[in-house]
Amino acid sequence: MQEGAVLEMRGIDKRFPGVYALQHVDFTLRAGEIHALMGENGAGKSTLIKVLTGVYQKDASEIFMQGTQKPLVIKSPQDAQKAGISTVYQEITLCPNLTVAENMYIGRTAGALTKWKQMNKDAQTLLTSLGIPAQATQQLASCSIAVQQMVAIARAVDMDCKVLILDEPTSSLDEQEVAKLFKLMLDLKARGVGIIFVTHFLDQVYEVCDRITVLRDGQLVGEYIIEDLPRVKLVSKMMGKELGELSDIEAKGEAVHVDTKSMPVIEVNQLESAAGIKPFDFTIRKGEVNGFTGLLGSGRSECVRAIYGADHVTGGKVKINGKEVKIKSPLDAMKHGISYLAEDRKQDGIVGDLSVRENIILALQVLMGFFKPIPRAKAEAFAKEYIKLLGIRTASADTPIKSLSGGNQQKAILARWLLANPIYLILDEPTRGIDVGTKMEIQKLVLKLASEGKSVTFISSETDKMLRTCSRLVVMRDRRVVGELSGDDLTQDKIMMTIAGGEKK
Amino acid sequence: MAATNNLQQKTGAKKFGAMLSALVHRQIFIPIAALLLLLIFNLIADPSFFAITLAQNSAGDPVLSGYLITVLDNASELVILAIGMTLVTAASGGQDISVGATIAIAGSVVLRVLCGTNSRPDTLQAPIIVAFLIGCVVSMLFGAFNGVMVAFFKIQPMVATLILFTAGRSIAAWINNNELPIISDASFGYFGNFIPGIPVPTPIFIAALCMIIIALVLKFTNLGLYTQCVGINAHSSRLNGINPATIKFLTYVILGLCVAVAGFIKVSRFSTINYSVVAKDIEMDAILAVALGGNALSGGKFNMASSILGAYVIQLLTTTLFKFNVVSSALPAYKAVVVIILVVLSAPVVREKMLALWTKIAPKKRVKEAA
Repeated sequence: MQEGAVLEMRGIDKRFPGVYALQHVDFTLRAGEIHALMGENGAGKSTLIKVLTGVYQKDASEIFMQGTQKPLVIKSPQDAQKAGISTVYQEITLCPNLTVAENMYIGRTAGALTKWKQMNKDAQTLLTSLGIPAQATQQLASCSIAVQQMVAIARAVDMDCKVLILDEPTSSLDEQEVAKLFKLMLDLKARGVGIIFVTHFLDQVYEVCDRITVLRDGQLVGEYIIEDLPRVKLVSKMMGKELGELSDIEAKGEAVHVDTKSMPVIEVNQLESAAGIKPFDFTIRKGEVNGFTGLLGSGRSECVRAIYGADHVTGGKVKINGKEVKIKSPLDAMKHGISYLAEDRKQDGIVGDLSVRENIILALQVLMGFFKPIPRAKAEAFAKEYIKLLGIRTASADTPIKSLSGGNQQKAILARWLLANPIYLILDEPTRGIDVGTKMEIQKLVLKLASEGKSVTFISSETDKMLRTCSRLVVMRDRRVVGELSGDDLTQDKIMMTIAGGEKK
Repeated sequence: MAATNNLQQKTGAKKFGAMLSALVHRQIFIPIAALLLLLIFNLIADPSFFAITLAQNSAGDPVLSGYLITVLDNASELVILAIGMTLVTAASGGQDISVGATIAIAGSVVLRVLCGTNSRPDTLQAPIIVAFLIGCVVSMLFGAFNGVMVAFFKIQPMVATLILFTAGRSIAAWINNNELPIISDASFGYFGNFIPGIPVPTPIFIAALCMIIIALVLKFTNLGLYTQCVGINAHSSRLNGINPATIKFLTYVILGLCVAVAGFIKVSRFSTINYSVVAKDIEMDAILAVALGGNALSGGKFNMASSILGAYVIQLLTTTLFKFNVVSSALPAYKAVVVIILVVLSAPVVREKMLALWTKIAPKKRVKEAA
């Protein structure tokens, strides 16, 4: 064990069928520090935490806790709890209809009888000492989300935890609530608790953390003291691109040139939605391919969802071909010629039990209306055409779409939106979780569509892919548009600098 | 010679096995198998079940009679309800348990309009078609109430429809001031019994008409596609421009219309109504029809023909039990036993197992034949 370490994980391996989720990852947590665990989606953050909390069984590795000589065996969340490792998840896992005190002591009272008075008193003492603004006898559901989260933390603290894992605790909190939570975290830090903080918000990392461990593709990139790792470097480590040494040569040339003086197809002015994005401006012209970029959770999807009417729009204007339009629902957007390929294919894309054919014709069918079903023969012809065009691998057009592989499902959904013949196509992470070949095909297709005069907005975490196809990039951070890059500014370095932002540190 | 014969047998058996497997995997296989099972049972136990004779009814008209006719006749209301229940189940992933009670309401409204202010009028106070249409409107309004609760307030269907399940029959009684209206005009009875000169019970025609209408609706509108989409993936449906709430609401209104038709038949059968008994427990039979049809009660894909067949299976079962003189008080218990068997046999797990068993036995058989 290292000096002062409260938890040490050495050589953690975790294999899922066909993939290494974690490969020889080391992680050390010291007493009284707040340690950020950073990485892009799929980097292995959650897997590491799940190994630590006993949700997954590790394949190989050793975990040591302070004061023990033998490696710790964690086979279930209960084991982890006994060892002093507590987790507070993004979604509250407490019981909203019980009181605060009951939630803090549930499952841990000695014997069958609960000493209610004593319990409430203890709870109140702890709440006060931690400065949590809640009454012990209050129903949990009547507290704000932030307070509920704090109660979960208080429960963990009372269980004498040495390691506290906070998994994305701030994503549903507003700024004031975040400040309160941070105060509590600093307080616990002073008491010697080691805190693992998982978040996507860069600003928050630099506000409270002492150390950062970066993971990428299931491997450890490194552990850094926060002062030694400026934001730009952190972003480059997370993305796996070193500053300066990037080859941007191949990035350009392919992007379609657009007449910048022409009337924008879509013009968005100070649009705002209930999903919590700050008002933003956006334009796209005929035949243009542009993109939204930023880290996960930076509000990229929320922006396009606001344009598409998928989230409740709370303010701002949208003009299509210079005319102001009201888009209140996805159907409105579709009628104006906007198509949106959603980020979450399983939840927002496919209709699993329906056939590939029905999935392909769905958008066109809805546009045609309730009383005009597409004749079977025509639907079959459409399906056949697009299965061939996009090379969708399926036993037949009648196969339920859920039995296709991810990439083929994605192609089928893409076919759906192409069939709707939009003037403006939004592709939200169209290449996630699909193989390289399909990725290339989809990129080519995007450029082809643009050359046919369609406008395309592309969202992806993979900036190199974006550079190859987009002529302009809107950069987002912490739910705010922080920059727009085009022309010579369109380089990996510049994107990373903008994503990281330099205002605060 | 023997070898080729053997070969033919083998390929024949293989083909048969493949066909069987395809059939077993078809959704409609379940109600068809249940139907055949019950029919075969009746054939063995007492072939007179299949006898259809021309008899005279009380009015002296020649009418067809026999158990099969009874089954077809009595199943009419259930079939009509099964149509609406299938749509509701597909779109909302839940069931409407208030249909029995709303049948009482619909029937009560029809009688009220026909009777006017007097509970036993000598002549009809309004044309039958007007009474029927008003019954439809009222019933669809109650359907809309359920629909609003489920689609817009997002209350679980079972809970939302529990309201009318509880209150429906007393609303029905209240509509007629808890009096017992009796229609003496014979023409009102045509719809639940026989039209003079036509030997087939009218409800059979009404049910057939409903089936034709729903078939046409499913063919010429997107009702089927939309309800299934909403039931399978509401998020995705919304992003594809379908409003899940509207579709769910619509299915409840359609079920309301089905309830009105069923209620109309019910009161026409007796020309009167018993608020607490009319269409009692029919909601459970309607749900069962959907389930027997192999449709997931959690919503999504549906097969309308399967549901309708399921409804006939249930009526066939009831009539069979009656024929074997099961005491009416014990009827539900017997029914439950048969239903358990049918449902277990139709469970995908069991079907897979049985199919596996068949393919295991089949080769042995072939070997034996060859020997």
